[in-house]
Amino acid sequence: MEVGSMQRQWVQYIKSWLGEGTLDGQYLQLLQLQDESNPTFVSEVVTLFFEDTEELLNKLSLALSQPSVDFKKIDDHVHQLKGSSSSIGALRVKNACIAFRNVCDQQSAEGCLRCLQQVQQEFYCVKEKLSYLFALEKRILNAGGSIPMDLGS
Amino acid sequence: MALFCLWGYLSLWGMDPSHTKGTMPTSTSISARKAADMGCDQFPAGLRVLVVDDDPTCLRILEKMLQNCCYAVTKCNRAEIALSMLRENKNGFDIVLSDVHMPDMDGFKLLEQVGLEMDLPVIMMSADDGKNVVMKGVIHGACDYLIKPVRIEALKNIWQHVVRKRKSEWKDLEQSGSMDDGDRDQNVSEGANYSSSAYDGSWNSSKRKRDAEEELEERDDTSALKKPRVVWSVELHQQFVIAVDQLGIDKAVPKKILELMNVPGLSRENVASHLQKYRLYLRRLSGVSPHPSNLNNSFMNPQDHPPFGSMASSYNGIDLQTLLVTGQLSPQSLAALQATGLRRPTAKSSLPMALVDQNNIFSFENPKLRFGEDQTQHLNNTKPVSLFHGIPTKMEPKQLANMQHPSVQTQRNMNMNMNMNMNMALNIKSEHGGTQLMHLSQQQTVGQTLNNSNVTHLPGIPSTLRNLIISGSVTTGNGTADNSHGPRYNLVSPTSVMVNYPMSQTTEVFQEEMNSNLKVSSGVMSSYGVFSDLHMQKSHDWDSQNVSTLAFGTPHHGNFIHHSFDISPSSLIHHGFPSSQTNGENHNSSVNGKTNFSFLDSTQPGIPQSVDHNSFFDPGEVKNQIIPDASYQTDLLSEDFGQDELLGVFLKQEQQEDNGSVDFSGYQTENICV
Repeated sequence: MEVGSMQRQWVQYIKSWLGEGTLDGQYLQLLQLQDESNPTFVSEVVTLFFEDTEELLNKLSLALSQPSVDFKKIDDHVHQLKGSSSSIGALRVKNACIAFRNVCDQQSAEGCLRCLQQVQQEFYCVKEKLSYLFALEKRILNAGGSIPMDLGS
Repeated sequence: MALFCLWGYLSLWGMDPSHTKGTMPTSTSISARKAADMGCDQFPAGLRVLVVDDDPTCLRILEKMLQNCCYAVTKCNRAEIALSMLRENKNGFDIVLSDVHMPDMDGFKLLEQVGLEMDLPVIMMSADDGKNVVMKGVIHGACDYLIKPVRIEALKNIWQHVVRKRKSEWKDLEQSGSMDDGDRDQNVSEGANYSSSAYDGSWNSSKRKRDAEEELEERDDTSALKKPRVVWSVELHQQFVIAVDQLGIDKAVPKKILELMNVPGLSRENVASHLQKYRLYLRRLSGVSPHPSNLNNSFMNPQDHPPFGSMASSYNGIDLQTLLVTGQLSPQSLAALQATGLRRPTAKSSLPMALVDQNNIFSFENPKLRFGEDQTQHLNNTKPVSLFHGIPTKMEPKQLANMQHPSVQTQRNMNMNMNMNMNMALNIKSEHGGTQLMHLSQQQTVGQTLNNSNVTHLPGIPSTLRNLIISGSVTTGNGTADNSHGPRYNLVSPTSVMVNYPMSQTTEVFQEEMNSNLKVSSGVMSSYGVFSDLHMQKSHDWDSQNVSTLAFGTPHHGNFIHHSFDISPSSLIHHGFPSSQTNGENHNSSVNGKTNFSFLDSTQPGIPQSVDHNSFFDPGEVKNQIIPDASYQTDLLSEDFGQDELLGVFLKQEQQEDNGSVDFSGYQTENICV
C-alpha cells in the first residue's frame, strides 16, 4: 500500500475510534506532542500504558481472588488505572474504571469481579485497535512517509 | 511590569544540561535541545520543573508535555527520591508537580515538606476531582491543582506560579528595604516573545493584572533582582529547630532565632517565614482533636491567662485551618496555640478560628457557599501557610471590615500611644468587655479570632456563616459559644510577652476569614517593631522572604499580606485586606488603591453594636471591603505610611462611625474615642 493511502487509512481509524468513544480528545493531545523529530512518541507511551495496565490487571485479579479482599488496595489500583487510561485517551477504559470504583465503594467482591472483567474487556479492545494502528504507523514510516499530525489530512 | 522584570531573572535560570537529578535520568539536556529546536529561548523557557508521579504512563506524558513547553524537566516516580533530589540540589528547581496518590508518600505530605524546606511552588495533580481532595490541596498550600488528564495548555501556564512567588518575595524584600529597585527590564517585549497562544493568553491576563497593580508596581519593581532564595536544607533546618528549642517555642522570635543560628547570609525575614511554616507544621503534627473544654477554660478565664487568639497568628490560623480541614478542630489548636503562647504575634494571625471553622464547614457542609466556589479560585495559593487561601473571598469584606475596623481603632490607639498594645479583640462581648480588653490589649496583634458569640448579631453575615461561626466556635470551641459573650478570643498576651514579640512577629491583625463577628482589635506592639515585622511577613507564601505583615482578610491564594507594623497604624488598617501577593486576580473585592481605609468611607453610620465596646465594625458595614491586592497592600504598609496617615485614618474613622461601634476601652491608651 502506498504511503498516501496508508496515511488516509490512519486518519480514518482514528476518526472512527473517536466517534465510537474508544478514544477521546486526550489522544489528540498526545498526537500534538508527536512530531517528526519524535515520530513514535505516542506509540511508545501507549505501549508503556499497555504494559503497565497488564500488570495492574494482574494485581487486581490477585487481590480479588484473596479470601479477604482488600478493597482499599483495589481502589488504589483502579484509581491509578483511571488516571493512566485517561491520560492516553482510552475513554472506555476510563469509564469502566469509574464504574469499578463506585462498586468498590460498596465493597462487593462479586461486583468488583464483574467490573474487573469489564475493564479487561475494554482494555483489550483498545489495545488491539491501537496495536494495529501502530503497526500501520511503522509501515508508513518505513515507507518513508510520516504519521499525520492531525486529522485534517 | 514585574512580570518582565522577572523575565530577566528567570531567564537567568537557564537550562543546565549538566544538571543531573538524582536517580532518574535527567531530561534536562534533552529538553534543552528540544527547546532550542523549538525556538524556546524566551521566558519562561528553561523553567526547571520536577514532576513526580508513580504512574509511568502519566509521568512520561507529563515529561513530554513539559518539554514541549520548553521547560527543563526532571521526572521522578517516587516522592522520597524527589525530596532527596530537592535537598541535594537546592535551588535546582523552580517548581514541583506532584501526583496526589502515590504509594510511598502521600502527595500532600510531599507538598508540605517541599513548602517547609524548600519553599517552592507545588502543583498537585490527580485523576480525582472531588472537591474535598482539591480543598485539601489548597489547604496544604498547593499553588494549583490540576485534574488528570492534564492538558498541555494547563502546563504551559505553570510558570505563573513561579513568577508570582518571586514577585511576592521581591516585594517583601523591597519592603524590608533590603533591595533596591532593579532596573526595569522593559525590554521584554510585551508579547513579542511569546509565540504560543497559550503564552499569549497567560501573558495577557498577567498583563491585565499588572495594569491593575500599576501603581504598586513601582515599588515592587525589583526587576533584575535575583533574590537568592533561601533553601532550608536539612542542616539549616536542624539549626533552626535547635535554636527554637533553646528559646522555647513561646519565645522563639525570628530575631533571636537568627542570632542563635548565626548563619551568615540568613535574614530575619527568612527565619520569620520559616518559623511560620514550622509552627504550622508543628500544629499539624500535634494532630489534636478538639478539646472544647480546654478552650473554654482558657477563654473564659482571661484573668488566669489571657487566652490567646488562636486565630491570631496567621500561623495559628493556618494551622487551625489545616486542622479543621483535616477534621481536627481548631479548638484544639486554639488550646495549643494558647499553650504555645499565641501571645506572640505570629506572623499570620490572620485566620481566626472562626474562619477555619468556616472553612471546614464550608468545605464539607456547605458546598453552596461561596466559599466553596471560591475554593477553586484559590488553588493558586502558594503556601501551606495560607490556609486561608481556600477561604472564600467573598466573605472577606465583611470580615475584613471587622478586622479593619478594629485595627483602625487600634491604630488610633497606637498612634496615640506607641506603647499601647492593641489587641485584637474579637467579639469581645460587653459583658466582659472592659476587662477582657484589658487583657487583650496586652497582646500583640495577632489574628485572633475571635469569638463568635456575636455572630448572630452581625447582620452582614450570612446566616450560614453565622452558624458556622457559632458552631465553629473555632476560637473557643466551646459549647458556650452560642451564648456566652465572654471574651472568647484568643487575644491577649501578657504584656511581657509582647515585649518579646515585637517586631518580628507579624501580627495578624485580621484574619481575612474571620467572620465578621470578630472584632479584631489589633494589638500592636507599641513600637513599630511589630509593624515592621508584620510587614515582613508575607503570609502569602510563607516565603523565606517573609516580611512580617499582618495577614488580613481574605486569603487570596492564601496570600496574606502581612503588613509590618513598623509603620504606623495605617499598616494596621491595611490589615484585613487579603493579601494576595500575586495580583489581584482572585480578589473579589475591589481593591482600594492606596488606602485601605476605603472601608472607612463606606462604613455605615449605624454600626451595629453587636458587641461591646470592643466590638468592631460589623462586617455588614463595610461594603466591599476589599482586600487589596497583596502588592497593593505591601505598598501600603511600606514605611511610607507614617503615623500621621494612620492617625488620619483613625480620625476619619471616628468621624464616620457611630461611636460605640468601636470601643477602645480595652486599650490601654485612653485616646481612643469611641
